[in-house]
Amino acid sequence: MHAIARRRHHRAAPLLLVLALLALITGVAAVAAPSAATASTEASADDVAAGERLFAANCASCHGLDAQGQDGVAPSLVGVGAAAVDFQVGTGRMPMQASGPQAPAKPVQFDQDEINQLAAWVASLGAGPAIPTPEQVDPALGDAANGMLVFRTNCAMCHGSIGGGGALTQGKFAPSLLETTPEHIYEAMLTGPQSMPVFNDANITPEHKRDVIAYLDFQSNGSPGGLSLGAIGPVSEGLWAWLILLGLIIASTIWVGARSS
Amino acid sequence: MSAPEHSTGSELDPANGFENPGLGEHRPRKADIDDKADKKAERQTAALFGISIVGTIIALVAYFTLNDADPGDIAQIRQVNMWIGIGIFLAMIGIGLGAIHWAKTLMRDHEMVEDRHELRSSDEAREGAIQNLKDGVEDSGLGGPKRRSVLKGSLITALAVAPLAVLVPQIGNMGSDWNISKFRHTLWGPGVRLARDPDGALIKAADVTIGSVFHVIPDGLNDLDHHHLISEKAKAVVLLVRLDPADLKVQEGREDWSFDGIVAYSKICTHVGCPVALYEQQTHHLLCPCHQSTFDVSDGCKVVFGPAKRPLPQLPIAVDDEGYIVAQADFDEPIGPSYWDRLKGGDDTTAEEVSH
Repeated sequence: MHAIARRRHHRAAPLLLVLALLALITGVAAVAAPSAATASTEASADDVAAGERLFAANCASCHGLDAQGQDGVAPSLVGVGAAAVDFQVGTGRMPMQASGPQAPAKPVQFDQDEINQLAAWVASLGAGPAIPTPEQVDPALGDAANGMLVFRTNCAMCHGSIGGGGALTQGKFAPSLLETTPEHIYEAMLTGPQSMPVFNDANITPEHKRDVIAYLDFQSNGSPGGLSLGAIGPVSEGLWAWLILLGLIIASTIWVGARSS
Repeated sequence: MSAPEHSTGSELDPANGFENPGLGEHRPRKADIDDKADKKAERQTAALFGISIVGTIIALVAYFTLNDADPGDIAQIRQVNMWIGIGIFLAMIGIGLGAIHWAKTLMRDHEMVEDRHELRSSDEAREGAIQNLKDGVEDSGLGGPKRRSVLKGSLITALAVAPLAVLVPQIGNMGSDWNISKFRHTLWGPGVRLARDPDGALIKAADVTIGSVFHVIPDGLNDLDHHHLISEKAKAVVLLVRLDPADLKVQEGREDWSFDGIVAYSKICTHVGCPVALYEQQTHHLLCPCHQSTFDVSDGCKVVFGPAKRPLPQLPIAVDDEGYIVAQADFDEPIGPSYWDRLKGGDDTTAEEVSH
């Protein structure tokens, strides 16, 4: 005991302790970070079972107990993959609040663990796109300039030149992408939710998808040209010009012409 | 209210016609009668000019102090532009408002009447002008006793040919190519592979999963020089979509134009030529962003809404030995909006190509 006690009071002990602590933290972080990513793709049997229970309680009234869907009510979810579940539930679009032209994003009703369990169960029904890894959606690894080319060709006609969103037909709309997380952008391209077409990996490769994410991430730098007015094009710009600017011009004209009191 | 007998409807009664109300009684302004108000208006005007001076200072300070960091930084460009803009706005509006306020409150306030002068000149001046013209004609020799026919002829010739110096280069620059049949043909033809816009990667039929939409250019387009690339791309762009074959209503006479639910349509709107590319996967509707023409991809891209008159032209496609999607032929009609002689002469050649 004396030997241990003596060793405990060794002068290098605090330094060794700090080093050991650092090594422990780094080691845990190194193990934890990839495990968070793989957890979504390699789910345990427990997750699948929990997901099935969540599905039966929250989704089955429309999609059916076996997720086979109902004609004219809800699509079959066999083969849509974990990515579709993570997108639809993770953005609050599902469970749907009310039927309408399209299901809008709203406050998310499940925590990420529950979403992963739901995704694991739906993914177990049939092969489908998986949730992307953090590396696949890291804007820092993408090329924003190439992303702009891809975005301009494939996305800008609906989502606007910088992803501000835009109108479609009969109450449907392409939502703004400026607040959307990189994971959800990636999953939307991969799965084609609602009106949006599918952009599979043969059409927009995973690298190009990451470039698109980098381009959208770059928009958080803001517009160099001043007020972007939501970047939704001539509607907001016209409103500004006709109501506010023309109003100011009319008001000042009246003031110039009015007689001083 | 006037008496009933004076009411003459719409007829103008000279006796009861519109009276010139004249100028109202002159009402002095506050600044005219009250010395305090006068001083106040003076201070207000001076303050407006002061705002202008402050604006100028803001613009200069913004230029010299905010501009020093990284010149490519967008946030900084926005800051500098905004403050310089605000400064210039204040500088201009301050002077403008100050000058008007000055004139309205402090400068003299008399109603003044200034009659128009008569438009007709005096007889004397009119005769003098005519005499001057006559004298000029006589002096020049164009008329009158001494005729100078050589001068007259050379002047008319010079006047007649002078516009050529402007017109000939203008007409020459329009180019010698007046062949409008170019509109009828695109880069598509038998065996031309479909490639992805913008990088030109080829597309296999297996790549196009249900619900996918590919933005397509003809293979080889990117090898053209810039000028031709732009003009050919403008005609040749195509949207490639795969529907569930059960949803696809195959058009009569076009039974073999699609492949297992994959269809290709021109992206150029038949209304005024905007690129139609807003594809809604669930309804199979294709919306033009310019004027909301809507086409039904599942039903031959027929117009279901909006000002377009004709369906989008369909590109007949097939799959070659290596699995790539290829065009069977060019479009069987000119793409894009209607124009003069659109179908004249074009029908014979393209009908042959399609039926081969």
